[in-house]
Amino acid sequence: MYSEKVMDHFSNPRNVGEIEDADGVGEVGNPVCGDMMTIYIKVEDGKLTDIKFKTFGCGAAIATSSMITEMAMGMTIEEALDITRDSVADALDGLPPVKLHCSNLAADGLHAAIEDYLNKKEAGN
Amino acid sequence: MVQIYMDHAATTRPDPEVVNAMLPFYHEFFGNASSLHSFGQEAAQALVSSRKTLADFIGAEPEEIIFTSGGTESDNLALKGIAYLKRNKGKHIITSVIEHPAILNTCKYLGDLGYGITFVPVDNQGLVDPVDVEDAIIDDTILISIMHSNNEIGTIQPIKEISTIARKHGVLVHTDAVQSVGKMPVNVNDLGVDLLSISAHKIYGPKGVGALYVRKGTRLQGLSQGGSHEMSKRAGTENIPGIVGMAKAAELAKQRLEGDTKYLENLRDTMIKKILDSIPESYLNGHPTKRLCNNVHVRFSYVEGESLLMMLDMKGVAVSTGSACSSKSLDPSHVLAALGIIPEEIHGNLRITLGRENTMDEVDYVVEKLIDIVKKLRAMSPIVPKN
Repeated sequence: MYSEKVMDHFSNPRNVGEIEDADGVGEVGNPVCGDMMTIYIKVEDGKLTDIKFKTFGCGAAIATSSMITEMAMGMTIEEALDITRDSVADALDGLPPVKLHCSNLAADGLHAAIEDYLNKKEAGN
Repeated sequence: MVQIYMDHAATTRPDPEVVNAMLPFYHEFFGNASSLHSFGQEAAQALVSSRKTLADFIGAEPEEIIFTSGGTESDNLALKGIAYLKRNKGKHIITSVIEHPAILNTCKYLGDLGYGITFVPVDNQGLVDPVDVEDAIIDDTILISIMHSNNEIGTIQPIKEISTIARKHGVLVHTDAVQSVGKMPVNVNDLGVDLLSISAHKIYGPKGVGALYVRKGTRLQGLSQGGSHEMSKRAGTENIPGIVGMAKAAELAKQRLEGDTKYLENLRDTMIKKILDSIPESYLNGHPTKRLCNNVHVRFSYVEGESLLMMLDMKGVAVSTGSACSSKSLDPSHVLAALGIIPEEIHGNLRITLGRENTMDEVDYVVEKLIDIVKKLRAMSPIVPKN
């Protein structure tokens, strides 16, 4: 059902955890629906220098969380905002159709964290 | 690589004796049981003796057994067969909210055709209250269909009480006994039912074969038009190898019933205790005692069932879950929802169904892996309360 890459990221998820003094936090999903994701980012000079995640959800939700942290690490804010739902699924060599919403969750989570960072920055100025 | 199969509610490994009994009916005795020549008569003889074996197994008469393609067809034949024939007498059917889709969706289909369907609720351990069933009976009621035991949580229903009530009101009773047959005594007269569904592959028999018990004198309409097979209730050339396999599985189940039940109850209770004792915030779903001897259904807060299942699979352990993420519809199990489990917790469940070939060492191995996996997933979960 799942590609080898999905299984790899599911069984050895990268960047699991929290960042205490995160510059942005994105929280998406809802435990009632069965999946929820929190993404933490550190930003320096407009670049994502650290990303961590915590996810409650199925194999695909965990694998997409892990994948997106790996993809976005080191990217500029602009580049990271360009990561789409499809690009996460593609990087994992595809997801079963019924699981595509999991890649939405990961992309939405990252974008929410960046938005949080931008909002805080604006409020600080 | 370790390989531990603990998903016996899904299907079972056919017993080698079953397969051996079937093989001659592919190779040698391939005749059509309707044929008058010797080839046909060998098949016909096997059909007669298989029908008797299966009937003996559930305390029925041979002419009360209709062989089908499995549990789903048996359920369809029971419900539609009665509904179509009795439509001039009444058009109301009572069932429960936790039935297998073979019953639920057949009832919904009949509902679309203009039948009235009442779905009685269950309590938080999955039990139907016979009083609710009695209260639901109206003049128009023709049939009550309540499963003998639930396929997910293993709760055993008070079918005998329900049958007594039904009889008093002149209403027929069907029970889907697909999960209970072979795991507890199932006798149609003790249960007092008029119709009962069985599947072969849940009792170490082959897939694609089942049976419907229909009490003598109970008329029902066949669903496919054709020849006069199966007392004209189920047209189509009989699946003789499958039927022979089912009879062998029933014969073995009958011999082994007492020993198997005791053995599995011990494994089940040990496993439940170990899980609940060693994993914080783990809970048993279903009834503590009115439950199938092989059913362990548990849930763990803050984790999701499909992840649990996949991580166990990577350790060589095969189980099942009713989590939303594991279903094609993305809806969580209707059974767990009916128990009133809070939505946040409905996803983190596992159904572990034991079988004859499982051992205590395997139980220990699975519990040990489960402890690690729940820990690992909780470390990743954003909904674990801080501190």
